[in-house]
Amino acid sequence: MEKYVKHTSVAALMNRSNVDTDQIIAKQFLKKVERTGFGVHLFHDWRYLDDAGTQSNPDFELNKPVFAGAKILVTGDNFGCGSSREHAPWAIADYGFSAIISTSFADIFYNNCFKNGILPIVVSTDELKSLMAEIEANEGVAFTVDLENQSVSTPGGINIEFEIDGFRKRNLLEGLDDIGLTLQHTDKIDVYEKKHQQQFPWLWA
Amino acid sequence: MAKTMYEKIWDTHFVHQEPGQAPLMYVDRHLMHEVTSPQAFEGLKIANRPIRNRHSILATLDHCVPTKLADRINLPDPIGAKQVATMVNNCEEHGLVLYDMQSKNNGIIHVVVPEHGFVHPGMTTVCGDSHTATHGAFGALAFGIGTSEVEHVMATQCLPQSKSKTMLVRVNGSLSKYSTAKDIALAIIGQIGTAGGNGYVIEYAGEAIEALSMQGRMTLCNMAIESGARAGLVAPDEKTYAFLEGKEFAPKGEQWDQALAYWKTLPSDADAQFDRVIELRAEDIAPQVTWGTSPEQVIPVDKTVPAPSDFEQEGKQLACASALEYMGLEAGTKLTDIDVDYVFLGSCTNSRIEDFRAAAEVAKGTSVPERVTAIAVPGSYQVKEQAESEGLDKIFINAGWEWREPGCSMCLAMNGDQLKPGQRCASTSNRNFEGRQGKGGRTHLLSPAMAAATAAAGRFVDIRELEA
Ligand code: SF4
Repeated sequence: MEKYVKHTSVAALMNRSNVDTDQIIAKQFLKKVERTGFGVHLFHDWRYLDDAGTQSNPDFELNKPVFAGAKILVTGDNFGCGSSREHAPWAIADYGFSAIISTSFADIFYNNCFKNGILPIVVSTDELKSLMAEIEANEGVAFTVDLENQSVSTPGGINIEFEIDGFRKRNLLEGLDDIGLTLQHTDKIDVYEKKHQQQFPWLWA
Repeated sequence: MAKTMYEKIWDTHFVHQEPGQAPLMYVDRHLMHEVTSPQAFEGLKIANRPIRNRHSILATLDHCVPTKLADRINLPDPIGAKQVATMVNNCEEHGLVLYDMQSKNNGIIHVVVPEHGFVHPGMTTVCGDSHTATHGAFGALAFGIGTSEVEHVMATQCLPQSKSKTMLVRVNGSLSKYSTAKDIALAIIGQIGTAGGNGYVIEYAGEAIEALSMQGRMTLCNMAIESGARAGLVAPDEKTYAFLEGKEFAPKGEQWDQALAYWKTLPSDADAQFDRVIELRAEDIAPQVTWGTSPEQVIPVDKTVPAPSDFEQEGKQLACASALEYMGLEAGTKLTDIDVDYVFLGSCTNSRIEDFRAAAEVAKGTSVPERVTAIAVPGSYQVKEQAESEGLDKIFINAGWEWREPGCSMCLAMNGDQLKPGQRCASTSNRNFEGRQGKGGRTHLLSPAMAAATAAAGRFVDIRELEA
């Protein structure tokens, strides 16, 4: 995975709560056996007027020309609820977002983001309101996301510090391969497994 | 120190923690289906990594699988067919047990796994599927993971995991005979919301939970994820042991006694502390029906559809307004005045034999109105055979229902079974999200008996009034 770097980009506003994974990537796109190419299907049912996905829906917020190329998504509570499908973060990353700001994220989705170079940022309800207000007042405004210093800052003078797990932060910053990290402890897993086999022989019968 | 069941399972599966990294948790069982695994196998291949313990894996085909017999043979959708073929190849290549479409064991992953006794109390169990929580019914720590984690578990048999907080949901008293595990699940979500469980593992306890059958407990734990929880748990007891005994993957002989002794140590200690405790009275839980596009938008069947002004929070008001619009409903409408076009009895929440028995009892002698389509989709071939041996299929068919082959079917509508835009469906599944059952489709979640009563009347019915 690539190293996560500090970036300044247009912040797109999608003021909806409980956006679920069925909306992020609809089921008809789950049949592919590859990891790539899901970006065009992101938010399909909201984003397009037709099933084929050729007519863009002018009423859908992310279709606003000012939000083109946005890397930051600012959105409502409990983003990513629903299924475990990693197709959701694949679609988000492929579309171009590398940071999502909300008050809360569903558990599995939150986890999945880190595997795909997306930083989910949790802010308070008031902080979210102020970020949303700044975008509304100045659509196309660019925010700065700085993972190293755990901050989001805006031209309007907002400066938010967010919390993040130390190990998740490090892995994202250094672009580490999770599986490779675990495999470094194969000896510990071997030892554990031997003990486990003795303690729970019926699991190995 | 007194421990909760979750903490006991956690401690037993702790492998190692490297400074600055998350603890590594050992995984006992890994369940798989065709939708969330292909990219994981591909990842293994690219990195040239073997599967660490293929015996920990059990796989099935369920999501893409058509439920009409002719379509199962021909698989009309070429992309779905490719996904199925990829799964079959991957399992063959790695020597994994797969219940493919020809297998008499085929069915929805969360239905077939318990049928074979593959998950036991105290185990850690994962699957690239959020409804893995189902297996918490056995006192196993079971949760959904993403595809990268599927690959991680295949390669290492471990997952980096942060410890969850614990929530105790105690349901005291006893349910009325018209309410079911599904109604408990919906009532809890109605109370704590779909984000209420975020960051928690829920343990369900209390008299009403102890009184549930294993199938009821599966229905309840299945929907733990709908409240945002990582997993749901019910303490194992005599019902759990009786259910497992003699099953294919259950311990045998001396090992059974050993296992049993261990399982009895699992329930939370009497003085264990939970981070949050919620209490409900079972007597207060009426049959539930969702009216909106989130499982938390749920009310007792005898109530009216709410208005945005009924909610305090601004976010909930907005969500209510947009749900009413999507669902084509007006605030103040009585649920029992709402007509349906479709009824779906199935999904990993409610497609076990007890669900079909409960629905058949209501469906018996009724007749589905011409304008309504009702489909009954068993969760597995075992369920289907059992139902047929009891003559339940005849009851449904005589009442005008379609009797299908097993699969996820209209729960997520990626297999040919789906609603048309605007169609309204009474569904025993677990998600009423926009478009979940087909673009523009309108889903109302309820219990199997309520679904059968709704099918017969062509509109929602309060089953408590049927006998009166
Ligand atoms: S029945 Fe529905 S919820 Fe269950 S595994 Fe299948 S698609 Fe998922």
